[in-house]
Amino acid sequence: MAAEKMSIAKALNESLRHALDTDPKVLIMGEDVGKLGGVFRITDGLQKDFGEGRVIDTPLAESGIVGTAIGLALRGYRPVVEIQFDGFVFPAYDQIVTQLAKMRARSLGKIKLPVVVRIPYGGGIGAVEHHSESPESLFAHVSGLKVVSPSNAHDAYWMMQQALQSDDPVIFFEPKRRYWDKGEVDTETIPVPLHRAVTVREGSDLTLVAYGPMVKVCLEAAAAAEEEGRSVEVLDLRSMSPIDFDAIQASVEKTGRLVVVHEAPVFYGSGAEIAARITERSFYHLEAPVLRVGGYHVPYPPARLEDEYLPGLDRVLDAVDRSLAY
Amino acid sequence: MTVESTAARKPRRSSSSRRTSAAKAPQSSEPQLVQLLTPEGERVEHPDYSIDLSPEELRGLYRDMVLTRRFDSEATALQRQGELGLWASLLGQEAAQIGSGRALRDDDYVFPTYREHGVAWCRGVDPTNLLGLFRGVNHGGWDPASNNFHLYTLVIGSQTLHATGYAMGVAKDGGDSAVVAYFGDGATSQGDVGEAFTFAAVYNAPVVFFCQNNQWAISEPTARQTRVPLYQRAQGYGFPGVRVDGNDVLACLAVTKASLERARSGEGPTLVEAFTYRMGAHTTSDDPTKYRADEERAAWEARDPILRLRTYLEKQKFADEAFFTALEAESEALGKGVREAVRAMPDPEPMAMFDHVYADGSSLVDEERAEFIAYQASFVEEGN
Repeated sequence: MAAEKMSIAKALNESLRHALDTDPKVLIMGEDVGKLGGVFRITDGLQKDFGEGRVIDTPLAESGIVGTAIGLALRGYRPVVEIQFDGFVFPAYDQIVTQLAKMRARSLGKIKLPVVVRIPYGGGIGAVEHHSESPESLFAHVSGLKVVSPSNAHDAYWMMQQALQSDDPVIFFEPKRRYWDKGEVDTETIPVPLHRAVTVREGSDLTLVAYGPMVKVCLEAAAAAEEEGRSVEVLDLRSMSPIDFDAIQASVEKTGRLVVVHEAPVFYGSGAEIAARITERSFYHLEAPVLRVGGYHVPYPPARLEDEYLPGLDRVLDAVDRSLAY
Repeated sequence: MTVESTAARKPRRSSSSRRTSAAKAPQSSEPQLVQLLTPEGERVEHPDYSIDLSPEELRGLYRDMVLTRRFDSEATALQRQGELGLWASLLGQEAAQIGSGRALRDDDYVFPTYREHGVAWCRGVDPTNLLGLFRGVNHGGWDPASNNFHLYTLVIGSQTLHATGYAMGVAKDGGDSAVVAYFGDGATSQGDVGEAFTFAAVYNAPVVFFCQNNQWAISEPTARQTRVPLYQRAQGYGFPGVRVDGNDVLACLAVTKASLERARSGEGPTLVEAFTYRMGAHTTSDDPTKYRADEERAAWEARDPILRLRTYLEKQKFADEAFFTALEAESEALGKGVREAVRAMPDPEPMAMFDHVYADGSSLVDEERAEFIAYQASFVEEGN
């Protein structure tokens, strides 16, 4: 059974199950990951099958979860920790930034810290405050961390496997409003490397770059643009640190135009980094300035306003129009 | 198991019956310390902690303390001479560190702060390697795995969680080694230390929390961190806390050994509060005369950990003049060796900053390294 249709949530669950099954050093830790199976059920059934020693319910203490995971990694384990929601990662931010990210360099390579920090992130599910944020840039900015986000079930399955095999700490952002989106998962074909961007739609007039929850929006935008006679290429970045600039560059040098789309605030966001680097790399190929579509520089708004805040089809198409108008 | 363990202690009447002293009393009072050697150099017995050391072992502890102090004073001098950017002196804390450090087995694992030079000595870490961080040539300088001595940790309290996680791993592996987390009185105010206590307690981790209460967190006194004696914190987490005379190397050794045995036998964590005093500055950057009285230091000098053991050794005739003279010479040789080694310590190659950031490499680091190489090369070409 090589290919199977499943949701992103199920793909993550299968991926974690596979890891627990094949590597006795893999541990899962977090609040409610055991009996409950996590608030999004990503770890559903795993404690039942692998026991409380492998799938560990923790005290309600995010710094403690990451800090003890670091200690377990120093002892030779490979912990996957779950942060329940994006906005709750900040109590653990100190451990992630000052310890997890830097310990390898400080030890001149003697220490490896194969810790995966899973963070369900992003809005669009009508949640209360601190449950809808996109803090990926805050982690991508920190050297020593790798930051990734899948956008579909196949990537969810494989990128989790790859993150678990990496000897570097990986911050694994899961697009929570896509958890229930289904797609084909091919569990046998050798996957694309973890930090490689993938062209998910070919086009010749303009490049849209997105990751995680916004890939679907961009694909819809590209389909809508086609009806207006515009050929839009869509790149799924998959990795926010490092970023596959070569792939973006190649696409931009083909299309001449670039729009970067993400949910996180535009200000100091990953779009700014991509715009700056691509401007340096491909200045003479650009037909228009690189444009960005994203969240505003405001606290994530109450759920009744999130449709206005989140970049939707119209805002992406508007940016496409603006770029093509140059 | 112990009289000093908080679970076994009766509430102290003074703090509950005298309303006016509610904020002050716990600070000004000093609960009975576990002590085996008085400041006057007299051996005393304790009902729960005993120790029987040969004269040779006692001389060994004395030697450790003297050499550690000599190393420390050399490092302070090197900072004053501009050879180190900063130094965190352990002056006054030799007994706490040597006593606890010598209680450890080789297979135990230590998570230090940035002041555990005496513990590092006990672990066999080359003292010179401790100075790289303070000289600014590296952020670590030793392989943690080769001595089971983790890198120094500068963010206060972070390492208590690493120690706890490591201890959870030890327990999973089914070993009987134990883990020690060192931290200071100031660190007990940090959330991470509280979380480490929680995790260690609920998972029954084989970890000893060794708090060196040196009375000051830079300029903030312990009274600014707590209303209750620190060792009593353990009670709320469900494991024993012990206060030991941190200037008594024998008591520190005995209490740490007992706590380690407790961890090894599956009884979980212990909090040891070594009641001691930082005789110098927090680091070479601060000036303790601005925040504490001279009399306070003078009072603590009378409890000097090294002097009291010397008095005992001399009284018992466990060490003769030849021993002290030879140690003095060894001490000077250590200082000289450290001085020469530090001055000879090369700056790292500029390219080194791009090394070891990632185990699996990173295209971003590769790109910036290439830019840096090209930039450096441009100078060479101009020069030629």
